[in-house]
Amino acid sequence: MVVFGQFLEVLIGGLLAGVLYSLVALGFVLIFKASGVFNFAQGAMVLLAGLALVRSLDFMVARGIPTWAAIVLALMFAAVVMAITAALIQKFVLGPLVNQDGLSLFMATIGITFVIEGAGQMIFGSDVYPLRLFPTDAWFVLGGIFDGGLLVSKIDVWGGLIAGALVAVLAIFFQRTKTGRALRAVADDHAAAESVGIPITWIWFVVWLVAGLVALTAATVWGTKLGVQFSIVFLALKALPVLIIGGFTSVPGAIVGGLIVGAGEKIAEVYLGQLIGGGIEYWFAYVLALAVLLVRPQGLFGERIIERI
Amino acid sequence: MLRKTLAVATAAAAVLSGTAIVFSTGPAMAQNEQFIPRLVYRTGAYAPNGIPFANGAADYITMINERDGGIGGVKLIMEECETGYATDKGVECYERLKGKGPTGAAYFSPLSTGITFALTEKVPGDKIPLLTTGYGRSESRNGAVFPWNFIAVGSYWTAADIAIQHVAKELGGIDNLKGKKISLVYHDSPYGKEPIPALEARAKLNGFTFKAIPVTHPGVEQKSQWLAIRQDRPDYVLLWGWGVMNSTSIKEAAAVAYPRDKIIGVWWSGAEPDVTPAGDQATGYKALMLQHPAGKFAVHGDIEKHVYAKGQGVGKDTNGQVLFNRGLIDSLIGVEAIRTAQEKFGKKPLTGEQVRWGFENLNLTAARIKELGFEGMLAPMKFSCADHQGADQARVHQWDGKEWKIISDFYTADRKILDPMVAEYSAKYAAEKKITPRDCAKES
Repeated sequence: MVVFGQFLEVLIGGLLAGVLYSLVALGFVLIFKASGVFNFAQGAMVLLAGLALVRSLDFMVARGIPTWAAIVLALMFAAVVMAITAALIQKFVLGPLVNQDGLSLFMATIGITFVIEGAGQMIFGSDVYPLRLFPTDAWFVLGGIFDGGLLVSKIDVWGGLIAGALVAVLAIFFQRTKTGRALRAVADDHAAAESVGIPITWIWFVVWLVAGLVALTAATVWGTKLGVQFSIVFLALKALPVLIIGGFTSVPGAIVGGLIVGAGEKIAEVYLGQLIGGGIEYWFAYVLALAVLLVRPQGLFGERIIERI
Repeated sequence: MLRKTLAVATAAAAVLSGTAIVFSTGPAMAQNEQFIPRLVYRTGAYAPNGIPFANGAADYITMINERDGGIGGVKLIMEECETGYATDKGVECYERLKGKGPTGAAYFSPLSTGITFALTEKVPGDKIPLLTTGYGRSESRNGAVFPWNFIAVGSYWTAADIAIQHVAKELGGIDNLKGKKISLVYHDSPYGKEPIPALEARAKLNGFTFKAIPVTHPGVEQKSQWLAIRQDRPDYVLLWGWGVMNSTSIKEAAAVAYPRDKIIGVWWSGAEPDVTPAGDQATGYKALMLQHPAGKFAVHGDIEKHVYAKGQGVGKDTNGQVLFNRGLIDSLIGVEAIRTAQEKFGKKPLTGEQVRWGFENLNLTAARIKELGFEGMLAPMKFSCADHQGADQARVHQWDGKEWKIISDFYTADRKILDPMVAEYSAKYAAEKKITPRDCAKES
């Protein structure tokens, strides 16, 4: 029973950690789904959103503004920063690259990553900034069945709830709104979408803005978990295997991919890691992704693309 | 302020360009100037720890110029190069800066065990000392095999040995270690792996069970490791982290309800940036001190008077923090090595080879430490051809939620255990690199 309890604890912890990866992965999916661009800068956007949030929050709290009001104002300020970022990216990077192939756009997002990382630290600082929006302690459940109870981290549960709500909102946005459908049309073919009157520059601004707001949402959870700091950009590397497994075009896929990666890497680290020296969870996620690529290249939920020649 | 902004902007430019960038804090070099390169990281994942150290090191050198007019009339010229804690950029910075100044670099101080490993291969050819204050290859204490490395004040083996001594003291005696479980949560890098041989030797000697648990760079995801610790329930956890890994470890320990006062960090896991992000969860956490504490001493008064009061310096905001103070000590040792070398070679800019003589003959007595304004921060240390470490002591401090409190007296590492390890590992290195060890008996 003890062994099973321990396994269950690792599994639950892994699944919940996976949902937090999904929060970052969702930003990638959104931009890829709507514009066909793999946005390498998503991790840097989480960092920028987090820095804008925490620095403005600290600024307002230090000046005696009530915490709840400061949080609301700081979230609004961070959202404005992400909107400005989206507008600048659209105007100076993506605008001139309309109708270029996906690889050019991908390379452009690598450049955007470095600019956001550098500018974000230059403007807001490069220290560790604590953010305390959610509780970070844990519940110990089923203590009567398992010795010491099963540990469930509260921040991870909050992350799960937020991810669930985000998926619901995004699903409605893509399926039920005119803008959402226009985004999907642009993703299929820039030129064709433009020819039927879809304003591509406006659509790209909207999609980068929404991705920025998703990044801000991820930053609230990850910032509370780690403190807002540069290392948050590395979360993009965690999101990659999630995307490969779930599929680059599927919002539910990002969630399922996150669950598989989270549970897989934690179980591997705790049970397999002991046998081969440990420290395997980082690459084990990519092993899982490779296995999926071999049997289903488009991911578990991705759209199968058939091109007729 | 302008200078600080410039430093941050330049370092940020390094991130933008993805290459190492050099930042000069002095004017164009003249003939009567001694060049000191500084490898720093003011941006990136490890910047919160890199910045205060770089500030302390820089402000001490500025203070020497402003208060004393340099060393023996020779002005010190410093340049920073941003490494981002990356070994490749560290080597790039080294290559770019090693030949600068009228006599080349006086010494290098990379603040990275990974960069130290890489430069250890290069410095013998360029004849430049490598100062690694409290980090680097533990066996490089042996100056006969590592003539250019100076692992000043303490090595990771020193730290590991002293951490176990402190655990033994808390348990009521060295014999009480028998049957206990001690785990090491370490940064999966050359830095994090360094203490493992010393801890294995101690485990064998004292009869405790030792387990090493790696955390992948940068250390933001540690849930698996701490769930494993929750299941294994070790009596103590030693923490060998850097940067974000430290505060994440403390938070994860709190999440699995592992008592913070049973965690002892190495001296690179015991500064303000390691505990403040964890808030109240860090209360009770302990860490080794590389002798010195946080706080202000006589030397800080000189820096405030001769540097900050004149609107100079870069570290006013971090003045007195643990890592700022360590930066001061790092520059102190370098400056005193140059001063010692000047006594033999004359008051002029010196080559790296001449500065090495200064390191090997550096004797910081209690009186000299007091004179330099470091009384209360450092115990006496003496280097030699055979001993490139100079000291074996450390203390322990504990975070009370607001500040670090010293909770122990000085411990001295057990050289009966460590010296044979230094001899064995350095002999292995010499054989591997085909190095003929120097005969220090003849040189001294």
